Amino acid sequence: MLRAKDSFSCLFMLSMENLKTFFHTREGVIRAVDGVSLELSRGGSLGIVGESGSGKSVTCYSLLRLLPMPPARFEGGSACFEGRDLLTMPVKELRAIRGRRIGMIFQDPMTSLNPYLRVSTQLTEPLRVHLGIGKAGALDQAVAALQAVGIADAEQRIHSYPHEFSGGMRQRVMIAMALITRPDILIADEPTTALDVTVQKQVLDLIGRRREELGTAVIFISHDLAVVSGVCDYVHVMYGGRVVEAAPVRELFENPLHAYTRALQRSIPALQEKGKPLYTIPGMPPDLSRPTPGCAFAPRRPARARAACLANHRPELVETSPGHWVQDCPGCRDAGLDDAF
Amino acid sequence: MRASTTPSEYFTPFLSPLTMALLEVDSLVKHFPGSRGRTVKAVDGVTFSLERGQVLGLVGESGCGKSTLSRLIMQLLPPTSGRVLLEGECLSSLPPAVVRRRRLDFQMVFQDPYASLNPRLTVFSTLSEAIAARHPGMVGNRTACTEAVAALMKRVGLDARAMRKYPHEFSGGQRQRIAIARSLAPEPRLIIADEPVSALDVSIQSQILNLLQGLVRDLGLTMIFVSHDLSVVKYIADEISVMYQGKLVETGPAEEVFHHPRESYTRRLLDAVPRIRFGGDRFPPG
Repeated sequence: MLRAKDSFSCLFMLSMENLKTFFHTREGVIRAVDGVSLELSRGGSLGIVGESGSGKSVTCYSLLRLLPMPPARFEGGSACFEGRDLLTMPVKELRAIRGRRIGMIFQDPMTSLNPYLRVSTQLTEPLRVHLGIGKAGALDQAVAALQAVGIADAEQRIHSYPHEFSGGMRQRVMIAMALITRPDILIADEPTTALDVTVQKQVLDLIGRRREELGTAVIFISHDLAVVSGVCDYVHVMYGGRVVEAAPVRELFENPLHAYTRALQRSIPALQEKGKPLYTIPGMPPDLSRPTPGCAFAPRRPARARAACLANHRPELVETSPGHWVQDCPGCRDAGLDDAF
Repeated sequence: MRASTTPSEYFTPFLSPLTMALLEVDSLVKHFPGSRGRTVKAVDGVTFSLERGQVLGLVGESGCGKSTLSRLIMQLLPPTSGRVLLEGECLSSLPPAVVRRRRLDFQMVFQDPYASLNPRLTVFSTLSEAIAARHPGMVGNRTACTEAVAALMKRVGLDARAMRKYPHEFSGGQRQRIAIARSLAPEPRLIIADEPVSALDVSIQSQILNLLQGLVRDLGLTMIFVSHDLSVVKYIADEISVMYQGKLVETGPAEEVFHHPRESYTRRLLDAVPRIRFGGDRFPPG
C-alpha cells in the first residue's frame, strides 16, 4: 500500500513516494516532511492526522507546490498524479492542475478568501480561467454551486463580500469554490478547526455528500482523530515529519498498533471520564531541526518502553496485516509497555 | 505583595470572608443595532449567580451571545439594561476609572493565544506588568518581580528559564499557559475563559483543561468557562448553562445536562460532537 512500485503506480490516481520537504532556515535545516509515501485511488478518501508541527500540512502544500521556496526545498521523492511528477513539472503545467484537477480548502476561510472581491468574482474565476466559460454561464454555475453547498438565497448572496458571511458560510463558499471545477482530488486542510461543533458537523456532512455526488477523492488533514474517523476510509498518522502508522480507519481505531496512535486516541477529551485528570501525552513534540537517529517518539514513552525503542536507526514501516502499516519500533508497538492504559 | 513574601506564599487561595454569591448577573440585556433598522438581541435577559469556587460552563454556538455576555460581565461593553454584581457591588454603575481598578478581581482568558499576547513584550514584561497592577510597590524591584514571575510560570507549568523569551518562541499550548498566567497575575477572584482551548490541538486541549482544573482546585478560583463544545465543558464545569439566541435555555449540574438534556437544542449540540464511528463503549454518550 505504502510502497507502490512503478508498475503499480497506474493503480492510483496519486502516489507520493518518499517525499522529503526541508526548510532551510537560519537556525538550521528543519526536516518538516521526512520520507512520506501515500497513495490515493480515484474517489478514495485519505486522512492525515497528527499534532501541530507533525508535517501533515506541509505534505499537502508540497503536493501543490504552495510552499515558499526558499526556505522550503524538496530533498527527495516524487508525487505522481496520473503518471506525471507534480514536484518537477513546469509551473505552467502545474497551474493547469492546481485548482482544476486538484482543489484545496484551507483552515481559515477568512484569510483564504479575498476580502476585496465579491464572492461572485472569486467563484467564477476558476471557471473562466480553467474552463474558458463566459461570464453569464460562469455566474449561473457559481449560483448552482452555492446552492449545492446549502446557501439559501444564492442569487443574491453571491454578490456579497466575504465579510458578510459567517464563518461556517464562508467555509461553504470555500468548498463550493474548490469543487466548482469538479476536481479529481480535494485537499481539505483542517477545514473545520475554526468552526463550532454544530457548524463543523454541517461542513463535514457537506464534504461527504459532495464527494459522493461528484466522485471526488479527498485528502483530509486534521488534528482530531474523531473528525477524521467520520470522513475517511484510510488514515495516516504522522509524527515528527514521518508516518508512524497507516491503516483502514476501522482497523486503526479497533487495533491501533503504534503508541502514538493509542495516545492520540486516549487524549480525545470527549472520550474521557469526568472527575479524573484528563490523559495527556507526556513530553513535547520533537524538534525537527535536530532529528534523532532512532525512534522519534521514544522521549515521550514511559521509561520502560523507551529502553526498548530503537536508538540508532529509524524504524521502518512494516505491513502487519493487509493495508495496516506501522513503524517497527519494539518500544512503541508493544501496548503492554504503555502505562495505565 | 511585599518584597519579602516568598513565591509559595504569593499563590495562596484568594479567599474572601463574605458569604454572598461572588457574581450575580441580573436580567442583563444587550441589543445592537442591526442592518435595515433591525435590532440584534445578542443578550436578551440573562440572570444567574455564581458561588465562590464554582465553575460555570457556558455553552452555545457562535452567534448565541456567549461572548457578548462575557464582555458585559467584564465591563468591556455597557449593557442596554440589567446589572452585574461582583461581591454585591454593582459594576455597571461604577465610573470607568473605578471599574479598571476593580477589574483586577475579574480577569479574562481569550480564545486565540496568538492574538491575545503582545508580540513585542517578553513573557517577563507581560507578567510583571500584570503583577505590578495589583502590587504597585513591585515596580522597580527587579528581584521581587523575577521571583513572582518565576512562581507564576511554574504554577502554569512553564519553565521559568524561558521568561526572557517572546510569545512567538512558544507553541500554541504554551502561549495559552502564558495567557492564563497573565490573567492570574493580579490575583483575581473570577476568571472568564472564553473558548480557551478551541484554537488548540485535541491533544493539547487536555493539558490546558487539566491546568485550569488544578488552578480552580488549588487557588479556589471561580470561573466561567465559555465554549461551543459540550464534551469539553463537561469536565471542567460544575454547572452548565446552555445559551441560545441570547437566552439561557437550560441550566443544570454538568453530568445531568450532558447525559439527560431536557431541551431539544441541548440535544442538538450534543449530537454535533464528533464521534468515533467504532470502538463500542468508548463513544462519548449523549
